[in-house]
Amino acid sequence: MRNDGKPAVVVGAGPAGLCAAIELKKAGAPVVLMDENAKPGGQLFKQIHKFFGSREHKAGIRGFDIGKELLAESLRLGIDVRLKTEVVGIESGLKVWAVEDRSKSYTLDAGKLILATGATENALSFPGWTLPGVMTAGCAQTLINVHRVLPGKKVLMVGSGNVGVIVAYQLMQAGARVAAVIEALPRLGGYGVHTAKVRRAGVAFHCSTTILRAEGKEGVEKAVIAKIDEKFRPIPGTEQILDVDTICLAVGLTPSIELSCLAGCRQIYVPELGGNMPAHDDYMRSSNESVYVVGDIAGVEEASTAMEEGRLAGLHAAWAMGYMDDQTMKTRTNETRERLQALRQGVFGQKRFAAKERILAMRKDA
Amino acid sequence: MSNNEALKTTGAPSLEELRAVGQLASEEEMEGRGCLCIECIEEIPCNPCQTSCPQGAITVGFPITNLPVIDRTKCTVCGLCIPACPGLAITIKSVKDDRARVRFPWEYLPYPSVGDTVRMVDRLGRELCDGKIVSIINPERNNKTAVITAEFPRKFVQDAISIARRNIDV
Amino acid sequence: MNAEKSPGSRIAKHAVLGDMPVQKELTIYFEGKPLKALEGEPIMAALVAAGVTVFRYTKKGSPRRMFCGIGRCTDCVMTVDGVPGVRTCVTEVREGMRVERQQGVGNWNIQAEADHA
Repeated sequence: MRNDGKPAVVVGAGPAGLCAAIELKKAGAPVVLMDENAKPGGQLFKQIHKFFGSREHKAGIRGFDIGKELLAESLRLGIDVRLKTEVVGIESGLKVWAVEDRSKSYTLDAGKLILATGATENALSFPGWTLPGVMTAGCAQTLINVHRVLPGKKVLMVGSGNVGVIVAYQLMQAGARVAAVIEALPRLGGYGVHTAKVRRAGVAFHCSTTILRAEGKEGVEKAVIAKIDEKFRPIPGTEQILDVDTICLAVGLTPSIELSCLAGCRQIYVPELGGNMPAHDDYMRSSNESVYVVGDIAGVEEASTAMEEGRLAGLHAAWAMGYMDDQTMKTRTNETRERLQALRQGVFGQKRFAAKERILAMRKDA
Repeated sequence: MSNNEALKTTGAPSLEELRAVGQLASEEEMEGRGCLCIECIEEIPCNPCQTSCPQGAITVGFPITNLPVIDRTKCTVCGLCIPACPGLAITIKSVKDDRARVRFPWEYLPYPSVGDTVRMVDRLGRELCDGKIVSIINPERNNKTAVITAEFPRKFVQDAISIARRNIDV
Repeated sequence: MNAEKSPGSRIAKHAVLGDMPVQKELTIYFEGKPLKALEGEPIMAALVAAGVTVFRYTKKGSPRRMFCGIGRCTDCVMTVDGVPGVRTCVTEVREGMRVERQQGVGNWNIQAEADHA
């Protein structure tokens, strides 16, 4: 057998990991997909809005429907998906140490390793931020769209990027009121079409505004917000008290790089994509030739870009393991890159495109 | 080029910002059967409006971050693009005598019923006037985005964009 | 103490997600009191649906609930079947499960664990 029969191990069954595993399996390569959760899909199943992009990016389809499609495809292909399986270590020689169901520990020799571990939402500390009722926007989104429970009735959203604005909209769809969306910068961050639909539902947007504190005894009862100057200092006398029971934080994400550190991947700092992350080349290979990094771990973007990055790595790994000829790999990865490129244009995409270009340059220097 | 000050501080585009990119329809264009209004003034990578149109009346082209351009000679105001737009940024507006209608996307419960009196809102969510629900459709192909038509006094036609949510405390 | 009272509730109807599918109900015990949960959901969801606002208290007595909801931050940990530090956001409910508010880092209730096994 090619490659000693060692499988490609994909860690993380979100959009990036699923797409990588699908491309590998389609090429005939042995692949094992591991995820610590009981259900695959990563954060796709809480995305209930219609995606942007074009037809080949599945535009107009809701995120959870894309998740269902990917799951159906992985089932049809018979991919070895190991759920409730945490990868807790990577040893040299690409030995993957996994713990199943928090009780069974084993190692697996991997031919290639694809890390699709995603990102973690950032916290924001202010007096009262530990009170019950303060949570990340993604937490609220998981509660309302996956578990279908409403954590509160009146919400303050902190952060106006796409995550904050989309979750504000979805909280209203779930039956909550959104008191306001606040943004520390002088301009709103998210897509105008998202802010417009939230604004016409009567939600106030406050730019150059921060949260001073959350008040309450056993949970949030009030939020105090205030205008800030150009140096982000609160302006006395501009305080406003909002009656809310929930404060959602949508203040960015940080790549979950732990396993890439264990695998010895060289880390770089790219603030516009979330901070520290493994350097990678245009096939998503890290500084360790056998380890690929795809999706948010390789720079925080979107589910649509994560899926394309997963495909890139899956195709290249299949080729590297001897399951795909040179021409097919070149053609398919070029097509995938074109689709990625299309998603990294315009006022929002340019910055990410430039950051990704910088990562590629840094990888070459490695 | 405008820096979309209103959109990026209030959340909603101003009439001037829409006019600057040719996206503010005139009342003459709204006469009779009405006209398509797309309020998409930022370059985002998205083109389902183009691919959803059976007449080829909407062009985004390449790159897909171009703003959509409507060919009014081809548009039949069928409204298929309304639920196709992931940004919920498309409406159809029409005027006749002293009345106006807006057909808009809607993804909140409860749905209003035909004949209901509702409150029309502007882009900033401010209530403008009463309106009446004329129709509500939500076939399978809309994929859960209902399309509602409401009628209201003509003088609010440039500002009216949607209706106020009701019975929020479910 | 109004820690049990909260504005949490289940979302029975939804414009995009449709009606909530019928799921098998089971019973868990929160602080010894029976509470309805749905098969397949994490402890966190059942508690939020029941209006529980405080999941644990820190050593200094400061209240905590969930924060990230996906198993990263450990803010939502509770004592489950005698085992402290269990992430309630990623641990599925089980019939008869005993869920306790944790004080500080909690205590191992070995007997409870043995009973369960």
